[in-house]
Amino acid sequence: MSTPIVHDPRGFELPDAQRSLIAWTVYLGFAALSVGVINGLGQALNYAHIDILKYFPGMRTYYQGLTVHGVFNALVFTFAFSNGLMSLTTARGFGKPLNHPLLVASFASLVLGSVLAAFSMLTGRASVLFTFYPPLQAHWTYYLGLALVVISTWLTSANQLVLLRQWRKENPGKRVPLLSFLSIATYVMWDIASLGIAIEVVFLLLPWSLGLLPGADPLVSRTLFWFTGHPIVYFWLLPIYVSWYTMVPKLAGGKLFSDTYTRVVFLMFIVLSIPVGFHHQFTDPGISQHSKFAHAVLTFGVFFPSLATAFSVMYALEIGARKRGGKGLAAWFLKIPWSDPALAAQVLAMLAFLLGGITGLMNASFNMNQVVHNTAFIPGHFHLTVGSAVALSAMGISYWLFPYLAQRRLWSPTIARWQAWIYFVGALVFARGMISGGLAGMPRRTLIAAAPYYKPEWMLPGIITAIGGTLMFVGAMGCFLVLAMTVLFGERERIADIPITETIEPPASEGWIVSLDRLSYTVVTTLVLIAMAYGPFLVRHIPPQLTSTGYKFF
Amino acid sequence: MDVERYEKIFLSMGASLLVLFLACLAYASVGMGIHLPGDHGTHLDPATMRKTAPFDAPGVHQTAPGKYDVVLIGQAWTYDPKEVRIPAGSDVTFLATSADVIHGFMLDGTRLNAMLIPGQVTELHYRFDEPGEHLIICHEYCGLGHHLMSGKVIVE
Repeated sequence: MSTPIVHDPRGFELPDAQRSLIAWTVYLGFAALSVGVINGLGQALNYAHIDILKYFPGMRTYYQGLTVHGVFNALVFTFAFSNGLMSLTTARGFGKPLNHPLLVASFASLVLGSVLAAFSMLTGRASVLFTFYPPLQAHWTYYLGLALVVISTWLTSANQLVLLRQWRKENPGKRVPLLSFLSIATYVMWDIASLGIAIEVVFLLLPWSLGLLPGADPLVSRTLFWFTGHPIVYFWLLPIYVSWYTMVPKLAGGKLFSDTYTRVVFLMFIVLSIPVGFHHQFTDPGISQHSKFAHAVLTFGVFFPSLATAFSVMYALEIGARKRGGKGLAAWFLKIPWSDPALAAQVLAMLAFLLGGITGLMNASFNMNQVVHNTAFIPGHFHLTVGSAVALSAMGISYWLFPYLAQRRLWSPTIARWQAWIYFVGALVFARGMISGGLAGMPRRTLIAAAPYYKPEWMLPGIITAIGGTLMFVGAMGCFLVLAMTVLFGERERIADIPITETIEPPASEGWIVSLDRLSYTVVTTLVLIAMAYGPFLVRHIPPQLTSTGYKFF
Repeated sequence: MDVERYEKIFLSMGASLLVLFLACLAYASVGMGIHLPGDHGTHLDPATMRKTAPFDAPGVHQTAPGKYDVVLIGQAWTYDPKEVRIPAGSDVTFLATSADVIHGFMLDGTRLNAMLIPGQVTELHYRFDEPGEHLIICHEYCGLGHHLMSGKVIVE
């Protein structure tokens, strides 16, 4: 039996009202990022003993700023960007408008949640960092705000699934279009992954902060947090992978190698992203070493689909570069169209991610993790992943996305090109500083300039960190300038479509791979693996011991 | 160009490397005895923790010739005791917990690095061969005075 191949919905255009909602979602994300980045500059300079935080209006403590930095950058920005981009790609892939009420609800939930969380943080009621480990206790508006921000992602996912269902009815037996499939797979992974944090916040922390529960179980809460807290990394990353797989080849003049491989990579991410949370808890008491080792093995497993991604994406770039006269084993790399800021930013993000991936593997290395756990090595690592691979790619994506959403031409591609390079170099320098500081035993999440035990060997890494952080700040500000000017003053231009690649090996029309379009098989496999990875812990620690009273040490 | 073949070679090499790394980690754990904190099997109620053994007597306790237990409580923003003295060449078992929020325990110049979580017992083993001073640094955010929280292990 042969399954018909999907139609290409060229000519489809999103209704204006929906485009505008998506635009405001993405604008909100970048506004949050700008607040987070400004706080980030203050933190980076602290490593070189330069205190600019005291000039920040309303910011009373370093840790308050660090909380804003984490929540706005890692939660509000990423969620808003993903909700916007993945709604757009799903609709474009199917050639169908989104469900309007769900789109509105998702946006409203995101706005309300962001406002509540911002209120609690800016008034100093929630300086608990973005990990909010109890028994540090934040104001209830913080927990409710974060819950609403997560609910906005679920509403986006619901929208995708409603669309998928309608599309299947209208196109019985056809393969799900690749772009929609990858976008939906990203959110299906996140739907399962976010259950941990949802249970923690809704059933434990929110009632506890309102005085309805006698206490908190710090270990169970931490575990629920990291149940979500690792796969959240892939929720940040997979929308970027959607771009790297399906849009970057188009920008580079290349093609995606294989439809099938791409789908399999995303399915592997659904299965393997979640049962790995203990690699953030290697040094925790109360969790057996066997469980920790099992999670270490699975973490190494989830490295595999990223290896496959590196191959596919590099191959697509190589095709484009060779068409433009690129030669040699590696010299072709110079021939990719670097003048396009949308592409340049994303390729630089990939280069940073090579180092981010390798340092991540070090963190996940079971007993070796003791050398780096909670040292500055860790933020050194993740400013190369979420701070570069994700943030810099998002900046690159925004150089076609903002013009498309605002129907205006990009303002100053020159500044856009420069900012990508400045940010990239800044991130590498910053990470070098943090990593060397961490290896010299400098703790993370610490007002290090004021620590009585400060060690002289942290000075040089601290200065490097501050220089790198300043460059990242300058680069990011360049991006915000370009985007703001594009939206406000860009020349009006009609932009009908988004960049989408062609594939060399089209979707299979028969065989086992066709059945994998039914995500239920993958979801069941995922749930079984989660039960195996977390079962022993749950048997031992459920029901939770609610014996810790709340502390507001801030 | 046979892309599929190249991809298979690339992925096989990557997967083999991952397996090799894991084998090294397993060897470090089983062969070299480099352990992580595990499940101590108890739950402490923070309200009665200081009346419960061993945390009713924080400090250094000799358990056998050359063997010591160090009982340590992290609290905002210090350690109880703040300074620990042990003879060089001894095998030390740290038994630690937290009295309030989550704290960190990083012993400078060693591989010891663990979390102190209210309700849980963190158990660590280490042999101190050389005399010297090791800073204990709290490396988990525990409130406004987090960066002030440190202690000391002095090996004599």
